[in-house]
Amino acid sequence: MFPFVLRRLGLMLLTAFVLTFAVFCLTNLQPNLEKLARSEGSVRMSDDAIASWIVNNGHGGSMLNRYGEWLGVVPGWVRTDDKGVTRGRCIADGSDPAQAATYCGILQGNWGFSTFAKVPVTTVLGRSLGHTGWLMLAVMLVMVPTSLFLGVLSGMREGSRTDRVLSTLAIVTTATPEYVSGVIFVALLASATVGVSPHLNEWGWISDKTLFQGTATSAMDDITWRNFTLPVMTIALYGIGYIARMTRASMTEVMTQQYIRTARLKGVSFRQVVMKHALRNALIAPFTVIMLQFPWLLNGVVIVETLFNYKGFGWTLVQAAGNNDINLLLACSVVAVFVVLVTQLISDVGYVFLNPRIRLA
Amino acid sequence: MDALSWGSILAHSVARFLPVWIAMAVTFALSVRYKRRLGLYGKLYDSPVGMVGFGIVLFWICTAIFADLIITQDPLKVLSGMKNALPGSPAKGVAEDAYQYYLLGGDNGARDVFSRMVMGAREVLIIAPAATLFAFMVGITLGLPAGYFGGRLDTVLSFIANLVLAFPVILLFYLLVTPEIVQIGIPTYMAAVLFLFPILFVVVLFNSRYFMVPARRNLYVGIVLVIGFWAYAGLAFDADPTGLWHMDPNLLNVFVSVVFVNSPGVFRIVRGMVMDIKARDYVAAGQTRGEGPWYIMLWEILPNARGPLIVDFCLRIGYTTILLGTLGFFGLGVSPESPNWGSTINAGRKLLNLFPHPALVPAFALMLLVLGLNLLADGLREESLKD
Repeated sequence: MFPFVLRRLGLMLLTAFVLTFAVFCLTNLQPNLEKLARSEGSVRMSDDAIASWIVNNGHGGSMLNRYGEWLGVVPGWVRTDDKGVTRGRCIADGSDPAQAATYCGILQGNWGFSTFAKVPVTTVLGRSLGHTGWLMLAVMLVMVPTSLFLGVLSGMREGSRTDRVLSTLAIVTTATPEYVSGVIFVALLASATVGVSPHLNEWGWISDKTLFQGTATSAMDDITWRNFTLPVMTIALYGIGYIARMTRASMTEVMTQQYIRTARLKGVSFRQVVMKHALRNALIAPFTVIMLQFPWLLNGVVIVETLFNYKGFGWTLVQAAGNNDINLLLACSVVAVFVVLVTQLISDVGYVFLNPRIRLA
Repeated sequence: MDALSWGSILAHSVARFLPVWIAMAVTFALSVRYKRRLGLYGKLYDSPVGMVGFGIVLFWICTAIFADLIITQDPLKVLSGMKNALPGSPAKGVAEDAYQYYLLGGDNGARDVFSRMVMGAREVLIIAPAATLFAFMVGITLGLPAGYFGGRLDTVLSFIANLVLAFPVILLFYLLVTPEIVQIGIPTYMAAVLFLFPILFVVVLFNSRYFMVPARRNLYVGIVLVIGFWAYAGLAFDADPTGLWHMDPNLLNVFVSVVFVNSPGVFRIVRGMVMDIKARDYVAAGQTRGEGPWYIMLWEILPNARGPLIVDFCLRIGYTTILLGTLGFFGLGVSPESPNWGSTINAGRKLLNLFPHPALVPAFALMLLVLGLNLLADGLREESLKD
């Protein structure tokens, strides 16, 4: 078990380095830097001025070197200009260059400054990850129990009417991406002019104009049913269908096993067979699937946060990319890649841990 | 002139789709008549789920083909006074002989929602299957040797595939589909690599088949190489002298990114299946007969892996459709003018509370197409398992 985990960890680290390097290259392309020079310096800079701005602000030199600086394994750049002012990657404005650290990359906890939000990247990232954390928690609480329940229910008796109905529903939800279901939900449940809200209001069932709110901006301060239901539903819906299908497949496979038949022939009730014998074996595969859903959830988060204007991680990523905020986009990418790799590791290790038939030396 | 009621909107819309209904009726009648001779496709008509799925997919394919006949207005034309017009509104200021209504209303740019939805179908049905096909070519060409030979080749290729799969798709799109990337020419380099695989695949396919008949082999491989590199020059480098093969730089960017995202998934499936199939007796028999490794891979293993691959192909077209919609939704790589479903949904969501129709129409269209593909895949899986 231990060498297996160690090997996986090593592979994960290698993957993380390659991926962050790729992201670094793609965000630090020459046109991006020129755009940055124009937005940070002046719009009317000549081409020569742009070129010298890029070099003077530490964006010159080889990509590998800059990546090392950003990572914190290569000494940060230091440059003294004609007026004798020394500036550098690790030197804060107005501080003494002599006392500055040599290395200041993300390994030292220096994630840089966000040019879009005008605050350090860690501040933006911490705030937005907090918001997204609540969203993910709510999604998980809704999605995992619902999908496992529906999957077990339809896989219990393969081919029954319940199975047919639930499987069709699962196919429908997997065919509905977040930007489609979100739009439909808002039009149906959160519009004052169409959908169900005007009728409910007319009948006096709801005091507000709409049943739910079409934006989740207020949920950043105070989460309520009205402002948080639709975003959570929108993300959860896609995952529910997918995980339910996987659970169903796993459950139907388990239900055809010899030991289930033996248990039935022994006279154990169907209920007992499902609860005691089948369920535990059937839930091993969905565990992996749930863990591997995280990358896709990340997708859903970006779409839903944009759709409902909820300023979490996804919203920040979109803003960072749209505003050419290199440091922030890099930080977002590191977080995203980290989440994906860690969930992959957990799913691999967890699978081995849960499944007694797999023994790794 | 009065606005249409909901009933007559429905009747008018159904009537506009007349060419589609005719084409579908003919296809279904012929297919049901000869279904015993049509292999897996014929068996589809034994499964209700598969038939419904195929029906929906066929509907959209026919819509894409006959889009010019179906549309009621020019999808890009702006009519003054039709901004956010409700469904069934009479079109103001159109010629006498032109269509007199905005069947499903007007969008925020005063364009016809119905016609834009129909043209959007054409756009997505050209790109999605083509991109999926390219992804399959790349995935198969790399997955076959990785699974068959194993060893270091497999380790390296699997590592690269896992790298791409570890990227959250949306992040990859935000990094890969930008004007800066187009400016620096990365899509061209990616196309130069990715577009080689289809040529490579077909060349190896014919070469291994007709290796013993050099005359035919040379003829087929020659034809493939000429046509292949002609298309390759046009698509990847925009250097086709006749101008037949051409791709807009932004479209190339989107296309290449979608192929790039999809290929590792195909690679993993093909690799897994090859590893399973290569232990079978008929592969051992082929090896004993002295067949070359590529002949075994392409003509012994691949045909036996076709069932799951066809199912995955259907699912993946649906997935690609969703991806293209996502790109449009975030406004990546599409012009705001284009009737792309994703960007239309994005444009319509700002006024969703007041005028939901411009966003809902493409949303339902996209959902229906993906649903059809998923149902079709489900039906195919069911029928192919019966063998």
